[in-house]
Amino acid sequence: MAVFRETVPRTFQEKLFELNWSIVLLLLLLGCAGIGMLYSAAEGAWDPWAIRHLIRFSLGLGIMLIAALFPPRFWMGMSYPIYLGALALLVGVELFGDTVNGAQRWLAIGPIRMQPSEIMKIAVVLALARFYHDLPADKINSPFGLLAPAFLIGAPAALILHQPDLGTAVLVGVTGGAIVFLAGLSWRIIIGGAIAAAFAIPAFLQFGLEDYQRRRIFTFLNPEEDPLGAGYHILQSKIALGSGGLTGRGFIQGTQTQLNFLPEKQTDFIFTILGEEFGLVGGLAVLALYALILANTVAIAASCKSVFLRLVVMGIATTFALYVFINIGMVTGMLPVVGVPLPLVSYGGTVMLAVLFGFGLILGAHIHRNAEPPRGAGILG
Amino acid sequence: MKSDRQEQQLKFTRRAMMMGVGGATVFVSLAARLHQLQVIETARYRLLSEDNQFNFLLSPPSRGRILDRFGNPIAENRDSYRVVMIPEQAGDAEAALDRLGRVIDITPEQRDRILRNVQRSPRFRPVTIRDDLDWSNFAAINLQTPELPGIIPEVAEIRHYPTGAAFAHIVGYVQPASEAAAGDDPLLRHPGFRIGRVGAEAAREETLRGSAGSLKVEVNAFGRVIRELPEQSNPAIPGEDVRLTIDADIQRFAFERLEGESAAAVAMDVESGDLLALASTPGYDPNMFVTGISQANFSELNQNELRPLYNKALQGTYPPASTFKAVVALAALEAGVVTPNERIQCSGSIELGDREFHCWRRRGHGRVNLRDAVKTSCDVFFYEMAMRLGIDRIATAARRFGLGEAPDIGLAGVSRGIVPDEQWKLSRYGQRWAQGETLITAIGQGFMLASPLQMAVMTARLASGRSVSPRLYLDQPADQGQELVQDPVHLDLVRDGLRAVVHEPGGTSHYTLGGLGVEGVEMAGKTGSAQVYSITAEEREAGVRTQDELPWRLRDHGMFVCYAPADRPRYAVATVVEHGGGGSRAAARPARDILRLLIERDPSAAGPFAARDTGRRSI
Repeated sequence: MAVFRETVPRTFQEKLFELNWSIVLLLLLLGCAGIGMLYSAAEGAWDPWAIRHLIRFSLGLGIMLIAALFPPRFWMGMSYPIYLGALALLVGVELFGDTVNGAQRWLAIGPIRMQPSEIMKIAVVLALARFYHDLPADKINSPFGLLAPAFLIGAPAALILHQPDLGTAVLVGVTGGAIVFLAGLSWRIIIGGAIAAAFAIPAFLQFGLEDYQRRRIFTFLNPEEDPLGAGYHILQSKIALGSGGLTGRGFIQGTQTQLNFLPEKQTDFIFTILGEEFGLVGGLAVLALYALILANTVAIAASCKSVFLRLVVMGIATTFALYVFINIGMVTGMLPVVGVPLPLVSYGGTVMLAVLFGFGLILGAHIHRNAEPPRGAGILG
Repeated sequence: MKSDRQEQQLKFTRRAMMMGVGGATVFVSLAARLHQLQVIETARYRLLSEDNQFNFLLSPPSRGRILDRFGNPIAENRDSYRVVMIPEQAGDAEAALDRLGRVIDITPEQRDRILRNVQRSPRFRPVTIRDDLDWSNFAAINLQTPELPGIIPEVAEIRHYPTGAAFAHIVGYVQPASEAAAGDDPLLRHPGFRIGRVGAEAAREETLRGSAGSLKVEVNAFGRVIRELPEQSNPAIPGEDVRLTIDADIQRFAFERLEGESAAAVAMDVESGDLLALASTPGYDPNMFVTGISQANFSELNQNELRPLYNKALQGTYPPASTFKAVVALAALEAGVVTPNERIQCSGSIELGDREFHCWRRRGHGRVNLRDAVKTSCDVFFYEMAMRLGIDRIATAARRFGLGEAPDIGLAGVSRGIVPDEQWKLSRYGQRWAQGETLITAIGQGFMLASPLQMAVMTARLASGRSVSPRLYLDQPADQGQELVQDPVHLDLVRDGLRAVVHEPGGTSHYTLGGLGVEGVEMAGKTGSAQVYSITAEEREAGVRTQDELPWRLRDHGMFVCYAPADRPRYAVATVVEHGGGGSRAAARPARDILRLLIERDPSAAGPFAARDTGRRSI
């Protein structure tokens, strides 16, 4: 297998030169959009959100570049330890976590407060990619090849759901499912699973959800019915977006936003500010940024030689895309309010760092696209 | 192996492309959704956004003033400091009141009322906490507003009656509309908004109220007003002023002149019908009602024996007594049942059937003609006239002079009084009319009742010879009526008798009045006293002989009607002093003094225009 190893070691400079600069540029544009909208959300002030967003974004870019330079072998070796660490943190949240807004999501370790569920989004991708990388292609549809991924996905998803954080649990589950699908799950099992899900989901809605989660799902269907109750957020968001029109009301001119009709505008509803102040034009521009990033990412995945890198890139891309879908779907009233941020634009440290770390892995995969780390190279391989 | 790997990679690429296509589809649907919201439905959301952003606050109209005939304010508006609570913003109303209670005093009584109002009205509607705060309290609340969410100090207009009790019965007062009357009218429910409840304030509510405007304001999500947009607001249309025919100086003088009595006085212009004074004593301070009268104060007013809340000038009815005799005299002349020179023997009483009817003068007036009978108020002469005329002709004459019908002066509660006749008695008591009743009707006693206003109208009609109607508001048409008499000679004779009452020895008011007291101006008048209680034989035994020895509420009502100048009448005055004894005693002097002030102030009636300050020293 030595033939597939990197034959010519490269310097950091050479690797930096190989960096996919179009993705970096697109990410920078997104980050700037986020800073601008947070500046507006504070009624035209750097404090309290925009300045911290800027700092975190800079920090995240550094982490991204460092992560990109590590060889795939390193990350392959780190996959299971990271996964187990993230799982341990989730258990820690379960036992010692802080409760914010009725959900136990935060864990404080020393001075750092974080959301382990955000780390798990990356960790589950790494662990599954590593698993399929090691698994021979003919074992993918074997009982072991089915049950192990099911456990790798199911254990963190269950813990996150119990916090309860429906949005992230769905995100982890769907991302994991996407990797399993890309790894080559047979269509028979996919169709069988789909039929099973058709029966399981109604049962889950009935018994598996907290009351407030169920209410959110049901009220999103008709927010106007209870404009000051649970449907308030969606309705106010739609009013803000709709009143923005084609070109918007102008920077820091959004009345809905500036008059505080939007709740949590700096996090989950940041896209609403954008839509109100820059209109359809602004909204489509940001959508285009995301689409271009994703297109680039899929291209990178296709160019990778190793199963590990392909699945890592596609897994992270899936998470990233799901963030965007769920968030924008939510603020436009197409999906229930599940509390998923808009990556790189919403205010929030853990998500920002996790996303940029993920892009570090993607950029790393691009740099090392020809590398083919061996199978079964041990835990730390 | 290689083909295996290639096949796996191909499979991956295929599935990655499928996901890419799926993702692209989702992106397109997101874009379509944005297009739907931001382009197709944008107008609707723009409207909803305006709804969010802007609120219309009701701006109550400024209430029209009530002025006297010369424009002096009788009811006006002044600035008042008050504090209201918007329950929606205050959250827990009790906690909000507790917080405010550390800044200003809130009595448990007020607290209950506020909490009741909070319960009753929608959460966004402000509820008055306290009205009419003094400056230091108001400043203290303003200082504390950041710690008092939903508590809003305001400057608002409040009704003020600068003339106090003297005008209370005419203007009435304003109060918040009752729960039933307010209904869903946002203006009536507006805190601090008051409507006329009594008097001209109530009768002219429509003119005075004006109509509410709206103030467009920008609000944030917590309902706090960010800015006002006056250019996009409809200003309130203030109510119109209402001008009374009343002369404030005459009114105040009449009121003060009668203070201490339970009495009423009405002064009227006999040509135009303008009411110049309409006083009723005792009065009350209408300002007390505006800010909320206490139960104790109200009970005191309501249970007072002198009935201060009652407008005696309009609502009080009394037997007109001898003041009615001039009308009977004129009717007798006009009917031809008596000639000016015919003399009738008065021996102090006459007999009718088995009853004896006394003259007020026990020893009689001797032989009196009509003029003498009016001058001396000879009862026997009028008993004779009554028998000659019959009740129907007396009643017709009474009605011609405004008795028995409520004059429409635009105030509620004006009494009709009673002019009895055969038909009336039959329907009222189911009994036939007795001739004896005709006799006592002719001297204004028995069933007959009239208000001081009606007595003034009667006097004005005698003075002018026209069916003049009283008027209280300058914006209403004056009604000078028509000629009332066919032959002016008859009226002149009666009026000469009325002049003699004051100016000739033997006249019932000659001793007490003697004249108007204005150089070159004569007056005419007529006394009256309405018996409230007959002194019984036992009391007479026990030594009670005169009215003064009876308890107050059993004494006769005294009344006096007069006009001046006697030769070309311009002003008429009627006074009633309840339980004041005979008419020439308590009622005549105040009536004369009011009349004198009227003449003194009138340039056409008394030479050079007398300065206003002459009014005060004429007593």
